[in-house]
Amino acid sequence: MADKVRKDAAAALDGVLFDGMTIMAGGFGLCGIPENLIAAIRETGVKDLTVVSNNCGIDGFGLGILLENRQIKKMVSSYVGENKLFEQLYLSGELELEFNPQGTLAERIRAGGAGIPAFFTKTGVGTLVAEGKEVREFDGEEYVMERGLTADLSIVKAWKADAEGNLIYRKTARNFNPMMATAGKVCLVEVEEIVPVGSLDKDNIHTPGIYVDRVFKGAVFEKRIERVTTRAKEAV
Amino acid sequence: MPWTRDETAARAARELQDGFYVNLGIGIPTLVANYIPEGMKVTLQSENGMLGMGPFPYEGEADADLINAGKQTITELASSSYFSSADSFAMIRGGHIDLSILGAMQVAANGDLANWMVPGKMVKGMGGAMDLVAGVKRVVVVMDHCEKTGAPKLLKDCTLPLTGKAVVDTLITDLGVFSIGRGAGVKLLELAPGVTLDEVKAKTEAPFEVAL
Repeated sequence: MADKVRKDAAAALDGVLFDGMTIMAGGFGLCGIPENLIAAIRETGVKDLTVVSNNCGIDGFGLGILLENRQIKKMVSSYVGENKLFEQLYLSGELELEFNPQGTLAERIRAGGAGIPAFFTKTGVGTLVAEGKEVREFDGEEYVMERGLTADLSIVKAWKADAEGNLIYRKTARNFNPMMATAGKVCLVEVEEIVPVGSLDKDNIHTPGIYVDRVFKGAVFEKRIERVTTRAKEAV
Repeated sequence: MPWTRDETAARAARELQDGFYVNLGIGIPTLVANYIPEGMKVTLQSENGMLGMGPFPYEGEADADLINAGKQTITELASSSYFSSADSFAMIRGGHIDLSILGAMQVAANGDLANWMVPGKMVKGMGGAMDLVAGVKRVVVVMDHCEKTGAPKLLKDCTLPLTGKAVVDTLITDLGVFSIGRGAGVKLLELAPGVTLDEVKAKTEAPFEVAL
């Protein structure tokens, strides 16, 4: 069996990037983003990327660093409010943007990875989102047709992997990662720990290894938090 | 006196019922979690992939892998579960969430809701709002009755791009509570203490029936 384990992000990316490609990047805000792969993609200088990701990082971190380097041509996202540079590039016409409702985006990716070319959803009926799309009635209610979504490459962050590429995620860092792992022609995964085959609970694998092409242990996980919100300890 | 943000949230909390699964939006809706009546079991869903949201962590105990949809750090409960965004929106779209409480820019008499986009300004995106209003069993909107300019926000028709058509069940503003009924007709159900019917009439464009 081909060995899926690579030594670092650069080795994982070897031979898979090309200008004009579509990349899906996991994460919600900065939670569960493949930060090592994003940094390594910046180093390669690959450009004219279409990036499918729920958000676009922040200024100076996450996908924000690919924006700074002018590597992204188009974003497909549900919410991009955290990024000043994004706004500048969008308003000046340097960056294209396609908004998808968050659940529609998640389902488009799930469908794409599952070989489903299109589906109907109530989300967005009667709004700008439905413009130019087929609307059909089922059981007396209107639904809009949305297309399945695939990509040339998906970059995923998981918590632990084994050498088979079986993955588990941690808490809300799972988010878009499992669907994206299924929808990229090539799927690269960075993890915090590579564990021996057989040590993950087989009944609790979140992403089976069939979807994963290459996996590596990330060199650093800064795991920045956008909004640290805490409460005071009650006085005893 | 109109209700304060916290009083509006407390009034919205009275829409909760024991056993409900609830999704709370950002802003005043988030405050509703502080007013869940004691003894009532309400499970909070966070659309980034969690059921059973706990309170904010203590200082120094924040976990970067555990955030809510507003990207704030949170904690888990013994009963919590985690899942993917696709599973999360299957819950939402599939009608498994009992109640969504969210903010708005405009609500119309026909139940239309606008809360994601002002043309000509930078558009941040709709996030999960369109999915929530399309799929959740009951949608309660919490908003200021008027814009800062004094312009009414409960209108005959929304002028901003819609988030959903005929989706609002109940509207709670700082002035009172309205039944919208997804377009079945606007009814004024309650006034905030000291707020007069004349004041509400003067500040509302949509026609409404008085059912106090």
